[in-house]
Amino acid sequence: MTTPHTLGKDAPQPGTPLVALTGVAKSYGNVRALRGVSLEVHAGQITCVLGDNGAGKSTLIKIIAGLHPHDAGTYAVDGEEVRHSSPRQALDRGIATVYQDLAVVPLMPVWRNFFLGSEPTKGRGPLRRLDVAAMRATTREALARMGIDLRDVDQPIGTLSGGERQCVAIARAVHFGAKVLVLDEPTAALGVKQSGMVLKYVAAARDAGLGVVLITHNPHHAYLVGDRFVLLKRGTMSGSHLKEAITLDALTREMAGGSELDELTHELSRTPAVTEPADGADPETRA
Amino acid sequence: MTGLAPLLDPGAAAGADERLSPRSAARRLLGRPELGAVVGAVAVFVFFAVAADPFLHWSSFGTVLYASSTIGIMAVPVALLMIGGEFDLSAGVMVTSSALISSMFSYQMTADTWVGVGVSLLVTLAFGAFNGIMLVRTKLPSFIITLGTFLMLTGLNLGLTKLISGTVATKSIGDMEGFPAARDVFASHWTIGSVDLQVTIAWWLGLVAVATWVLLRTRAGNWIFAAGGNAEAARAVGVPVARTKVGLYMAVAFCAWISGQHLLFSFDVVQSGEGVGNEFLYIIAAVIGGCLMTGGYGSAIGSAVGAFIFGMTSKGIVYAQWNPDWFKFFLGAMLLLATLLNAWVRRRAEATA
Repeated sequence: MTTPHTLGKDAPQPGTPLVALTGVAKSYGNVRALRGVSLEVHAGQITCVLGDNGAGKSTLIKIIAGLHPHDAGTYAVDGEEVRHSSPRQALDRGIATVYQDLAVVPLMPVWRNFFLGSEPTKGRGPLRRLDVAAMRATTREALARMGIDLRDVDQPIGTLSGGERQCVAIARAVHFGAKVLVLDEPTAALGVKQSGMVLKYVAAARDAGLGVVLITHNPHHAYLVGDRFVLLKRGTMSGSHLKEAITLDALTREMAGGSELDELTHELSRTPAVTEPADGADPETRA
Repeated sequence: MTGLAPLLDPGAAAGADERLSPRSAARRLLGRPELGAVVGAVAVFVFFAVAADPFLHWSSFGTVLYASSTIGIMAVPVALLMIGGEFDLSAGVMVTSSALISSMFSYQMTADTWVGVGVSLLVTLAFGAFNGIMLVRTKLPSFIITLGTFLMLTGLNLGLTKLISGTVATKSIGDMEGFPAARDVFASHWTIGSVDLQVTIAWWLGLVAVATWVLLRTRAGNWIFAAGGNAEAARAVGVPVARTKVGLYMAVAFCAWISGQHLLFSFDVVQSGEGVGNEFLYIIAAVIGGCLMTGGYGSAIGSAVGAFIFGMTSKGIVYAQWNPDWFKFFLGAMLLLATLLNAWVRRRAEATA
């Protein structure tokens, strides 16, 4: 049913981005959710998409993942223009998406989740059955290769922490030979330590030669791992930078909208009682 | 401002380095969906063994198993359906519909009873497909759709039977060709010593075995758990959720056909008003057996234990010579206890760090 995607099967010339969006637009009825967005994803690099809530990040992710087709502009995979109408098509082209809350089935064991939708089988006819031993072993191996050490692949995945679940989902995408990994807010709702763990596995995926799209509203996380930054604001692209060309301060400033951030800093500085507890936990307020 | 939220939550970081301790054998056992049902079955068995003398006789054993199997045959697919996250309220009357179609087709067409059995299979599967396709197309809750099918089938059973036969029951087809052979398949029984074993027990155990195999060892089983546990996630990783659910409804229809044929070939005539309310017995057996109402968790073996509890209770009360009115009270109390136990299991299984 599912064809295994082989990594770098027709390797593009160096320089050809794995995924390139040019001037992509999407409307829902009369709501123009996205206009004129361009981005490139290269093998072994991380492209960060930054934007506040409502900036169009989810619409962009849905276009890349194949949940919605784009209305205008071009979407090219390995230099070849495509138009996806289902997530399966994107998956077959090696574009795997890890959604923030859709990643797993909580009550199912880790190994069943790992292979969900692409289960290996053995035997023929009515005796065709899941290769359970291989599924367990492969899950353990694939997780270990990403540096994730789970004691028991039989535990329901819902008993893992949010960060661990993201890591399992990332390991799954890497194992199934994804060329491009799209991560939807992998560090949202995670604490500092868990976010660090997830970012480590994102970097591991990058080092394995995957192109990564990291969607986030946290410039600090993005700057730690990103090579390119695309900023979205109210459905349009408000900036596109290479890491060499921008500093963290400039990125944070641009994302928050310079004047809005000034105003916020001003407001916070007049009420020291409010800034005090937030100061230790939140680096953003210090920026 | 919302952009600041994630880092303001230091509590979430606390569990990052903590490892789950390896689960002991006892805790692993506690995680089995059937556990509550097995404990309940032992309790019910001991209770009636003490309260009703004839309950421990071998001949009673056959009777209890027969009562269990008639519910159990339907509890198996209903349990799979519940694991897949859906209900079927039409399952009870569908059994009667299946028997009526088989009987009336053979009688009216003066055909071999096997032709009626075959036609009944096709039509009953079509009912199941209707339920499933309506569900995945309209995205309405299965409760509403199958409630609609339940009422429509109830009406059709009565209306069409009266229209065709003139009475509320079908005509006898006992003297028609193929009847003895069909009865051997659907309604025969063997006597071993003093124990009378109905063929439905074999059908029941066979279905439990097949369903368990499918659930735990095939891709379809993985898809059933995923469709009920988190349909969106399943769809996103390429699981054919719609096809899985339609298949589950057709499995319910298939078992309704088996039950219906048993009804027809053991009693020869079919009362068109039968079956109403049985859908709840199937659901109760599945729930007592550890299926979650919300889907994604449960087992076919659990449904069999649930059906066995049902069989022991319904016959145990007779052997204890109590007023059978108490039966419903027992059933209700057991349902509540089982659901409480399941809710507790689910909280443990779903607890996140």
